[in-house]
Amino acid sequence: MQVGTLRQTLAARWLSRPVVEQIGRLGLHVLLLGLGITFLLPFWWMVATSLKPNYAMFRIPPLLVPFQDPSTWDRLVWENYPNSFTFTKPPFTIFIRNTLIIATLSTIGALLSNPLVAYGFARLRWPGRDLLFAVTLSTIFLPFIATLIPLFLVFRTLGWVGTWWPLIVPHFFGAPFYIFLLRQFFLTIPTELSDAARIDGAGEFQIFTQIILPLAKPALATVALFEFMAAYRDFLGPLLYLNKEEVYTISLGLQKFRMEYDTEWGLMMAMSVIVTVPIILLFFFAQRTFIQGITLTGLKG
Amino acid sequence: MAAVTPAPHRRGPLWLRQLGLGLAFVSPWLVGLLAFRAYPIAASFWYSLHEFRGLGQMRFVGLENYWWMLTKDLDFWTGVSNTLVYTLMAVPTGIIAALTVAIALNVRLRGQPIYRTIYFLPVLVPDVALSIVWLQMFNPQYGLVNTIIEGLAKLVGLDIVGPGWLASEVWAKPTLVLMHLWLIGHPIVIYLAALQDVPQELLDAAAVDGANWLRRTLHITIPMITPAIFFQLITSLIGAMQIFSQPWVITGGTGQPAQSLLFYSMVLYRKGFQEFNMGLGTAMAWMLFIAISLFTYLLFKSSARWVYYGGAEERR
Repeated sequence: MQVGTLRQTLAARWLSRPVVEQIGRLGLHVLLLGLGITFLLPFWWMVATSLKPNYAMFRIPPLLVPFQDPSTWDRLVWENYPNSFTFTKPPFTIFIRNTLIIATLSTIGALLSNPLVAYGFARLRWPGRDLLFAVTLSTIFLPFIATLIPLFLVFRTLGWVGTWWPLIVPHFFGAPFYIFLLRQFFLTIPTELSDAARIDGAGEFQIFTQIILPLAKPALATVALFEFMAAYRDFLGPLLYLNKEEVYTISLGLQKFRMEYDTEWGLMMAMSVIVTVPIILLFFFAQRTFIQGITLTGLKG
Repeated sequence: MAAVTPAPHRRGPLWLRQLGLGLAFVSPWLVGLLAFRAYPIAASFWYSLHEFRGLGQMRFVGLENYWWMLTKDLDFWTGVSNTLVYTLMAVPTGIIAALTVAIALNVRLRGQPIYRTIYFLPVLVPDVALSIVWLQMFNPQYGLVNTIIEGLAKLVGLDIVGPGWLASEVWAKPTLVLMHLWLIGHPIVIYLAALQDVPQELLDAAAVDGANWLRRTLHITIPMITPAIFFQLITSLIGAMQIFSQPWVITGGTGQPAQSLLFYSMVLYRKGFQEFNMGLGTAMAWMLFIAISLFTYLLFKSSARWVYYGGAEERR
């Protein structure tokens, strides 16, 4: 009987667990891959279009692979890549440089302000803290469209319209979502560490810079990535504030390939590929840190 | 948390020193809160009570802007209905899609980093480029999507013509919803982070009791991450109600065809920054603010019923 039970258990295990699991895994791979292809398709389309000559753009059926049609075999338009830099006036390198400056400064701003504020909410005790934190959280839900016009008028009064300042300066004063993310992360760091440092006579700022910040690297990296990417792809901000081509960002610059009667699809897609690939690589290598850095325990208002 | 040890050279009562220190740390945000949030919202209301062209004199008109907007301005109502229809389609589908993919991406599987990158990829493409690709792929005649649909239909012997997508009044918004579904990278990251916190002991215990993967997912995993779902529900609602860049780029700011892609924030942008009717623009901004506050409040009210706050860490 014992042997029978054992055999049954083994059989059951062999049947139910690994095989079902194997099939499940395979199914999951198929699912993720299949869906993944539809996610990759537009990107592939971007790359394919960037290599097509203009006359092949509106062919029926469309060319999924730019060289699938023998008549275009030798005509992969690699020149679209170098040409996309020089087509616009000023050259696209200026737009890229502008975007990098804005995104870098915004990221620096976010990294200087948010951790400091989050430390004040997470690791210090002071009257009114919880109330102010509740107010802070509620501003996550404030629609930015609602503040658009008054902010524009403020920046116009300051003479900042047409400059990058309206796109950069606000990031030096904290953003509720980042404050929240960092606070949650800081809360997970044992208070004993800070207490020990206090006994040794360290001031709060010292504890902040020398104990908390080094331990919070994943969270800081997450904030930096989020902020950099948001600034990198922002459209409405530049549309609103940047009115001269010399200060345009990538988002506005890409629209320069679209003219009134004609669109330079190939050049536009070549440039889109150029500006997207570095960000993709960045994400691929940073993703582990990225997900570790988000601590959501106690996600409530 | 231990109190700060009072140093002999410091003066004043303890609470005052603590307050000073706390405020010093959060001071950047105090400026951000007042200058970039509180002031604009208050000023927005003040401007909305005036006839104001952005420059020159402001003339107090009471609630006239609101009255005009609600009774006479057709664009306003077009914007409202388009935005509501879009929001109702985009938010639930977005939540379900992101959650499903995130759960699949959370399974221990070879190649997950690559899959994760693939699903995040679209978020990394600048909105402008993305919108243009979308415009091309969904072109009714030359586009890839209809070619595939029509080709597949031919395989089974059907001779159909694919939808007009962005060129059709009926299909334009669903096409934008599809585009939104393609941009679920951010929610996926949030869900993946939340999924890391689901206690493994709980899942193991359920597995020992014979619960299969689906039951574990439905009865443990999803309830455990309801706070993240709730957060995502509110932020995606707010995002959907402010949709701007994609329809703006796709339609060149016109909201065509037949104004089916004229969304609320596009109308607001037009009134405020193209017609320089800042009074009307801020009145629209305030209506949006009220609407979003109301929806957020209702969702928070409902959250007591379905959001699980088991995190003991918060109970101090």
